[in-house]
Amino acid sequence: MIPSKFDYVRPNSVDEAVAALKAGGEDSKVITGGQSMLPLLRLRLAAPSVLVDCARIDEMKGVKDNGDSVTIGAATTHWDVLHNDIVKTHVKLLADATATVADPQVRHRGTFGGALAHGDPAGDLPAVVLALDATMEIAGAKGRRQVAAKDFFVDYFTTAVGPDEILVSITIPKLGKGWGTCYEKFNRTASGWAVVGVAAAVKVEGGKITDARIGLTNCAAVPVRASSVESALKGASASAAEIEVASQSAAEGTRATSDLAADKEYREHLMRVITARAVSCAAGA
Amino acid sequence: MTKVSITVDGVLHESEVEPRTLLVHYLREQVGKVGTVVGCDTSSCGACTILLDGRSAKSCSVLAVQADGSSVTTIEGLAGDEWHPVQAAFKECHGLQCGYCTPGMVLSAVDLLSENPNPSEAEIREGLEGNLCRCTGYHNIVKSVALAAQTMKGGK
Repeated sequence: MIPSKFDYVRPNSVDEAVAALKAGGEDSKVITGGQSMLPLLRLRLAAPSVLVDCARIDEMKGVKDNGDSVTIGAATTHWDVLHNDIVKTHVKLLADATATVADPQVRHRGTFGGALAHGDPAGDLPAVVLALDATMEIAGAKGRRQVAAKDFFVDYFTTAVGPDEILVSITIPKLGKGWGTCYEKFNRTASGWAVVGVAAAVKVEGGKITDARIGLTNCAAVPVRASSVESALKGASASAAEIEVASQSAAEGTRATSDLAADKEYREHLMRVITARAVSCAAGA
Repeated sequence: MTKVSITVDGVLHESEVEPRTLLVHYLREQVGKVGTVVGCDTSSCGACTILLDGRSAKSCSVLAVQADGSSVTTIEGLAGDEWHPVQAAFKECHGLQCGYCTPGMVLSAVDLLSENPNPSEAEIREGLEGNLCRCTGYHNIVKSVALAAQTMKGGK
């Protein structure tokens, strides 16, 4: 379908973009790569008054090494994230998860920040930033604010980014020595959405797991941490058998829904199985 | 209306478009590049794939205004005096049946080979993940891309 009519502006700075959003009223929307927005426009599920194109704002692009953390501009494409040496070295979990997002054409255009701000419960990257305790920088008319990943995802397709605000960048702490990571995704078809996805980061010292962070994709309206598995893993040996036992509580605290891909019971089963796989892979078990 | 300057198959076009104009409609209806086809219109099938500044993109999922200042290669601009090696390989290996997905398949393959000149069969299949063939002629498409990889290596 042809999208409904809208105005289009392409500001050169975050300040200009914030002003354009405000001027456009509550139906103005940010676009970067447009790989979530264009399908919504064509189905007329979205009918913005103004699209504010932030894809060419320099401040919102690229990757910066801060020493103990990495900052990624929200308008950095998945392809640029995947091919960035800083990301590959220090945030491998993000690179691995990004490689599973959609298909090459979509990864060339779609952006990291766009995928987060879209807030799709089946999106792969929200669980990754949640597991890695990332911080989002959001710009609005009143200035900038920092929001922790755990407070960023509010509900289905709803994030902490207000209607007149823009997600500018994402800062991810480096994990340091002893940590291994893995993103494990269960889907039915090539380039399909995750039925369940698990982002795991595990610290192993002397054969024992000493710390674990696990984010779950598509197990609730928002990404969730498998906190009880994280606790159960601490002190466990980095063996497939002990990891499988600890992973039995993966569905605790989730709010799985039933859909065409999986009913609630099957999805909860998948959480346990895929969590065990992701943690084993991350722990080298 | 918004002014855009887009280079299509080597020729600069200065045009006025509505912001809601999809790149694929701009290419077909304003520039006349009907070799780029609309398949599913839901970002799924990849039939409308073009190269946007050298990288594959689904032209049904890009607004023409987003491509302002960019360079687009469609299937019509791929061949020089002779077929592009990927086109020649599709012909040689019978990498098409009805042909509808072919423009997108060929451009995705060109993109894949520019990044990975020597792909394994699995890498070819992954590289073409965003393109669907309703005739399900995938085997010959994969063979075509493998042959193109060989001839392109030989040529250089």
